[in-house]
Amino acid sequence: MNEKASHSAARPHVVPLRVLLAVWGALMVFTALTVAATEVDLGAFNLFIALGIATAKASLVLLYFMHLRYDKPFNAVVFICALLFVAIFISLVLVDTTQYQPELIPGYAPELLK
Amino acid sequence: MSREDPRVPHHFESAEQQTESARLGMWVFLATEILLFGGLFCAYSVYRANHPDVFYYGTQFLDKHLGALNTMVLICSSFTMAWAVRCAQLGERRALMVLLSMTLLCAALFLGVKAIEYRQKWKHGLLWARKFRAEALERSPTKAGATWAETASAKTTMAAPDGQPTSGPAASNPLTTGTKALAATAAFEDRTSIPPAGTAPAGVVSGKKSSAAKPSERTPPENVQVFFSIYFLLTGLHGLHVIAGMLAIGWILRRARRGEFSSGNFLAVDLVGLYWHLVDIIWIYLFPLLYLIH
Repeated sequence: MNEKASHSAARPHVVPLRVLLAVWGALMVFTALTVAATEVDLGAFNLFIALGIATAKASLVLLYFMHLRYDKPFNAVVFICALLFVAIFISLVLVDTTQYQPELIPGYAPELLK
Repeated sequence: MSREDPRVPHHFESAEQQTESARLGMWVFLATEILLFGGLFCAYSVYRANHPDVFYYGTQFLDKHLGALNTMVLICSSFTMAWAVRCAQLGERRALMVLLSMTLLCAALFLGVKAIEYRQKWKHGLLWARKFRAEALERSPTKAGATWAETASAKTTMAAPDGQPTSGPAASNPLTTGTKALAATAAFEDRTSIPPAGTAPAGVVSGKKSSAAKPSERTPPENVQVFFSIYFLLTGLHGLHVIAGMLAIGWILRRARRGEFSSGNFLAVDLVGLYWHLVDIIWIYLFPLLYLIH
């Protein structure tokens, strides 16, 4: 592999097939797990469990399938910045909508006035 | 400055820098894709925070099993794509072509399952915004063993054999009553007896889900169409990305057949792979957020 890599100018990292298979297996197990988790009623925790499992799956895809672990770190910086901005966007909008809307429009958000 | 390779354009230092900048460009593009979907995820979050009942109610019309199947299909396609990139890096042309074809097959399977789901929604008027027809569900039989196909055919016959006494003349012919609002209310009342999509194809209404203590699952809240608007926007935009990904994979498959890739030149495979994995990642979030609302 090292010999092959030295041929090309970009010196790519070839992910071993064993790693790819392991990631695929983990993704399948996580999918079954996230379906099984909905059968258990944990109240608001269900959402966090589902999102946590989804984030674990996305991380596996990013790190191994998309080579982010072996890449130049700047690519990860670009991607994580986009995620951060989406997080800022959604959280600020949520803060805003829970701040005014329930009082402004009657019946708009009955859940928030409880 | 050393310029060993005549194929490297003059604005790049080296072939490595050229490859790295192409990859960086792809990552910037993927970042904009995240921002694009971010807007829709924001709409989802706002509506779900303000109207959780709409989401609890709407999600039972989505088939959890088909959603899980599609998740697994996309994961498999991601795996074959990652393997294809590996083959391209090692210069294995034959395996590259087989794996790209398998990825295409998985993508087609995904769209096929999606089409089945969309057709069910279309048939029952579970559509976006003003296309949403609650009355389309009013005369569906609730007898055990009734499939969705039978439900649709029963719609044409005015009198269902085991007609619901609650669906009076207002429900069976909404226009004659004059008030649309009344018809809509009757339709909504009638919908409470309809088995959720997740359990209907088997013909047995699972007692666990429909007779659960949660009142939000039985009494339909107002504005259920909001859920379906968001559902169609998110899955529709994702579906367009799947189609775009299939075109891109088809393009590199053609180039691979011509033998254009080697262990020193596989950048296009790499970049299409990155795009395809992002499509997978977005679905990984869409699946629990739409199908698995608890």
